[in-house]
Amino acid sequence: MSSLAENESRGRSSSHLGYGFLPTPFRLCGTLALTFLGLLLVTFLIGRVVPIDPVLAVVGDRAPANVYERVRIEMGLDRPLYEQFFIYLKKAVTGDFGTSVLTANLVIDDIKRVFPATLELATLGTVFGTVLGVPLGVLAAVRQGRFVDQAVRVIGLLGYSAPIFWLGLMALLVFYAHLGWTAGPGRLDIAYDYIVTPVTGMILVDSLMQGEWDVFANAFSHAALPAILLGYFSLAYISRMTRSFMLNELSQEYIVTARVKGLSEFRIIWGHALRNAAVPLVTVIALSYANLLEGSVLTETVFAWPGLGQYITNSLQNADMNAVLGGTIVIGAVFVGLNLFSDLLYRLLDPRV
Amino acid sequence: MSLRAEYFLTDQPRSRMQARLGRAYRAWAAFRENKLAVLGLVIVLILVTMAILADVLAPYSAVVGGDLRTERLLPPSAAHWFGTDDQARDIFSRIVHGARLTLLVVAMVAVISTPIGLLVGTAAGYFGGWVDQVLMRITDIFLAFPRLILALAFVAALGPGIENAILAIAITSWPPYARIARAETLTIRNSDYINAARLQGASSARIIWGHVVPLCASSVIVRVTLDMAGIILTAAGLGFLGLGAQPPLPEWGAMVASGRRYLIDYWWIATVPGVAIFVVSLGFNLLGDGLRDVLDPKAQK
Repeated sequence: MSSLAENESRGRSSSHLGYGFLPTPFRLCGTLALTFLGLLLVTFLIGRVVPIDPVLAVVGDRAPANVYERVRIEMGLDRPLYEQFFIYLKKAVTGDFGTSVLTANLVIDDIKRVFPATLELATLGTVFGTVLGVPLGVLAAVRQGRFVDQAVRVIGLLGYSAPIFWLGLMALLVFYAHLGWTAGPGRLDIAYDYIVTPVTGMILVDSLMQGEWDVFANAFSHAALPAILLGYFSLAYISRMTRSFMLNELSQEYIVTARVKGLSEFRIIWGHALRNAAVPLVTVIALSYANLLEGSVLTETVFAWPGLGQYITNSLQNADMNAVLGGTIVIGAVFVGLNLFSDLLYRLLDPRV
Repeated sequence: MSLRAEYFLTDQPRSRMQARLGRAYRAWAAFRENKLAVLGLVIVLILVTMAILADVLAPYSAVVGGDLRTERLLPPSAAHWFGTDDQARDIFSRIVHGARLTLLVVAMVAVISTPIGLLVGTAAGYFGGWVDQVLMRITDIFLAFPRLILALAFVAALGPGIENAILAIAITSWPPYARIARAETLTIRNSDYINAARLQGASSARIIWGHVVPLCASSVIVRVTLDMAGIILTAAGLGFLGLGAQPPLPEWGAMVASGRRYLIDYWWIATVPGVAIFVVSLGFNLLGDGLRDVLDPKAQK
């Protein structure tokens, strides 16, 4: 499948560098710094080609020419492009992405406010995908060609072909509107608002810490549908990868040795093969976590989930470029960071690398 | 063995033509074995037919609605197979015309991003050294981005519209092709025939274009086919967010978005275009898997 290969190459992106004379951690840091620089350069250039005049956005279209000119100089837009980029770089590194036109807050404050919601959803989704996906993948590898294997194949195909936003709408239609099993869009019913003081910003965690069980139940009922939906996509990916890793392990000679020794099939599969397959699996799970952050953009729109994805799309529709680019940088940075993290973890867990 | 099969499968072809036909025949025979891949091919062919014959197949206009008083939000019936939407437009006709937009997006993205990927990858692999370093660094940076988010940012900058959505998706989809082309180039750049061409005084551009690119093309094309489902989903996602094709164009993602407000009482408006997206991307996925097994001998076990 296409996305599998892509994620594979993403995961190993730092392995074929030219500066091989440096020890690995430095090399990885070099890659990280370069990638971040590229990320900021791209967003900077995107910000410059926008047809929206940033000065007009501040002064309005009725401002006299001298005011316009003064604001232009104040914003540093009269300087050469590379100087502007340096200023942009300095600000971005300190987390200053400018002010959001829409909310009139600093973009970084907005992002701090909405990010926990996205994190909550992506974490729940990854847990769902891992808890179901790993055993399914193992069973599919053990019973190759049988029912479980076919089921994993179908799950994968559906996951790679179904538009997530549409699946979300259908899930709302069936499980919320018709069956009434879950709560509707949003994070909480209005009745439960402002009961819990935000500490981590993740309502599920906060309500647990403060012992507000009603709030927890309500929040869980709201989160279940989007989390399961996001988790389905990571389930599709994780189960497929688990299957192929397990097939690889089960064909190794140590499995034959274990069988000859008379170990039970259960111990061979779950104790020996899965343990070895777990090393690349950790990478896969980290990557799928990063992908869920991306998938959350569409899911959050469908479920009116007040996270980073919805923040970006809302800002997009209101031509609020500072907010869009700030959000892009944050998601990009988390993505890059998780890629690097999975790479490091792989090296740590596999003594051969 | 029938006479025809004998002609195709002979191990002593009399002409290049026969050899090529024979190879195609074997590929087709292998492809036909894979029932799911054939299903994928059928789905894609139906999509193409729908796109070509849209004007004939669609019973109503895709853009102009009927009578707003009597033909709005009608459920599926014999007159309107998939019902009508809030502007009294026939959904079946819009789906049929939407096939054109879907194909347009897929084709344009492939046409734009494949040459970029091929060019970057072959140049990096052929020249090596710092050219390779610089080009691959750029490729890695693009790979490190989440694709949909990058496409979103590009569309935000360029303004919404189907052309800009195509451009944004193309900009974000070339890096894997560059990776593949580079890897292929590395395996052939020191082969004798490349050296022979170099000794004869062929320029680098000529060698890359005439001798390296044709050899990389097949694996890149397989990869592009595999990506097509993803391209359709991204385009539909952009359309759903209102950043792709603009109304009244019958783009499937935008149609799902327009049915969102009526979801609970008039479910068909959002459901039908979603099914269309799902079926088509499923078709491309199945077809791509089958093609990879047939055309890419390295992927075979």
